[in-house]
Order: sequence, then C-alpha cells, then structure tokens
Amino acid sequence: MWQELSDSLKTENFAIVAVAEESLGAEQARPWIEQANTTYWNLIDVDHRVAALYGMVNVPQCVWIDEAGRIVRPPEVAGSTDHFRRMDLATRTMTAEDQAARLAARTAYMQAVRDWVRTGRHALDADAAKAKLPRISPEIALADANFRLGIWLRRHGREAEAAGFLAEASRLHPASWNIWRQAAEKNETGLAAGPEFWARLQALGDRPYYEPPDLPGF
Amino acid sequence: MAEILTDWGEFTIPAAEGLRVSPADAERVSGWTLKPEGMCRDELCVPLAANSRRDGKIDLAAFWRTLGHPVLSDQAGSVWVLGTAAESRAGALAGLQAPDFTLPDLAGLPHRLSDLRGKKVFLTTWASW
Repeated sequence: MWQELSDSLKTENFAIVAVAEESLGAEQARPWIEQANTTYWNLIDVDHRVAALYGMVNVPQCVWIDEAGRIVRPPEVAGSTDHFRRMDLATRTMTAEDQAARLAARTAYMQAVRDWVRTGRHALDADAAKAKLPRISPEIALADANFRLGIWLRRHGREAEAAGFLAEASRLHPASWNIWRQAAEKNETGLAAGPEFWARLQALGDRPYYEPPDLPGF
Repeated sequence: MAEILTDWGEFTIPAAEGLRVSPADAERVSGWTLKPEGMCRDELCVPLAANSRRDGKIDLAAFWRTLGHPVLSDQAGSVWVLGTAAESRAGALAGLQAPDFTLPDLAGLPHRLSDLRGKKVFLTTWASW
C-alpha cells in the first residue's frame, strides 16, 4: 500500500516502517507482504507492542517521527475513511461518489506525507503534538496486560482460557478495535468483519470509526 | 517453571507459590537488584514488604504491584504478565521522543526503530484481519 509513497520519496532522507499487528503470528501477514513486494521495512508485531507503546486503537494508524526521533504527529488514521460504512452489504459496493471521495482522501493523505518529507510542512510543534497524544488510563494498561496473556494462551493452544482474558481486555478498553477484532469471528474472506463487527460499528452512531486527521483535504 | 511476559521479553524461570523467584532471576527478569535496603535499580531503592521474602525467594508479582504496574496470571499461576503502568507509558510519550522497539521482519531478522535516527520516519500499522 505504501510502495508508491516510498518510490516517490526515494531520493529523500526518509523511511517507511510498516508494522503488522498480527496476534496470530507472522504467517497471517506473509501473503500480503510477499505480494506487495516492498522496499521498506515490513515488521511483524505479534504482541501488538507498537499499538501499546503509541496508544493506537485501530489500523491503519501512523506516527510521523522527525530526524531527531521526535514525534511530530501522534497516532492518526493513515488516509482511510468511513465511506465503507455506507456500502451495500449485499453486493459489497460503494456508490461511485463515495469511491471517489475515498480515493481523494487517500491521495490527500499521501500528498501531506510528501509535503512533510520535502518541506517540513504539517509537522506539529511540541505543544500541539503533546495535545494530540492519546490518553493512557490505568484501564488501558490493564487491558493490554489481559490482551498479552490472552494472545499468549491462544498461541499455545489454550483458546478457551484465552477467550476470558481477551474479553476482559475489550471490556477494559472498548475504544480499541485492535483488541476487539482479535477475538471477533472472521468472515469468509478472513476479515473480522462479520455481523458482530457491523453491529459494533453501527453502535458508534455519529462517532467515526476512522477519525479524519487534521490535515488539508479532510 | 513459570513463563513471564514483559514488555522487553519473555522469560522461563523456576518459580514456586505464585511468583516466588531467586534474587538472581528477579534481577534477570525485572532489572531490579536485591540489596539490604530493598530492590534497587540505578539510584532508586524500593523496600520489600516483609512477607515478600521467604526462604531466599522474592515475591516478584507482589514487588511489581508495589511499583504500581499491572500483574496478571493464568488460572494455574504458571504464565504471568508483568505489565507497565499507565503513568509510565504516558510519561514515555509525554517527552515526544518516539518510544523505541525492535521487531522482526518475515525472515525473523530484527529491526530497531532508533537505527533510523537521522531520517524522517513514517511509522504505520496494518493487519490482515
């Protein structure tokens, strides 16, 4: 997905690090990575360590880091939009208008990254970046501990016991789709996007699933 | 034996009655060293509760809770998570220095984020699910 961005910036002092949040192991991610044939780092994060460290709650979320290793844009949605919520579920299609809007958002996001890499534009100053940092509550810290234990037990064949810890993790941190979708039923295409997913999505009401970033074009 | 899951790795060590471990193993897992004044790391020492030491063993779970971190175990008490407190995690982000991590690629080769210092980095997550 990011190869085009990487190619267009290959003469710049810039790196993409793509982290696969794959609690079921590297093999889940392998076909996608091999097919994408990328030149940037593709890393496997079976413990969702990056999500915990940066306070991420969904994918794709991204963080912009400058040359000194400082966060200049805390986690935000990387160009995905909520248009899919209006799709026709029977045919899995979106209206032409929604498809165009979705593509425009992705294009705008890629352009914002390019602008930042080439000119420094869109980098937040320290106060603005701090104001956008995710809040990490004691419930979230406990949720992550439950999640860690749950996915370890599941990887070691103890599914029944794992389910309790995964459910508790989701109860403690309901905003995390990363946690919830690890325990959710997978549909026929391998996505955790069955009826439960759509019901949970609908329960968001007017709240976004993919919160738009504070960037031009959103 | 107990399996201990931490943010910096997984450890398999001999343990009894919960998470009572030898001082050497406690240090290996937690980075805290047993001294006469308590458990110490760098300049900081935290006293150990009297009932946290018995028969030359340290109750690592109790000590970790004393530090304010979440602690969990499976039903059998053989797999433990020594978590990281919300305060510590929020503190690590508050300075805006990108938290470092090392993760493998598909071939198992480790990559460390901080090795990219000097470049702008676009860190992004995705998943197959």
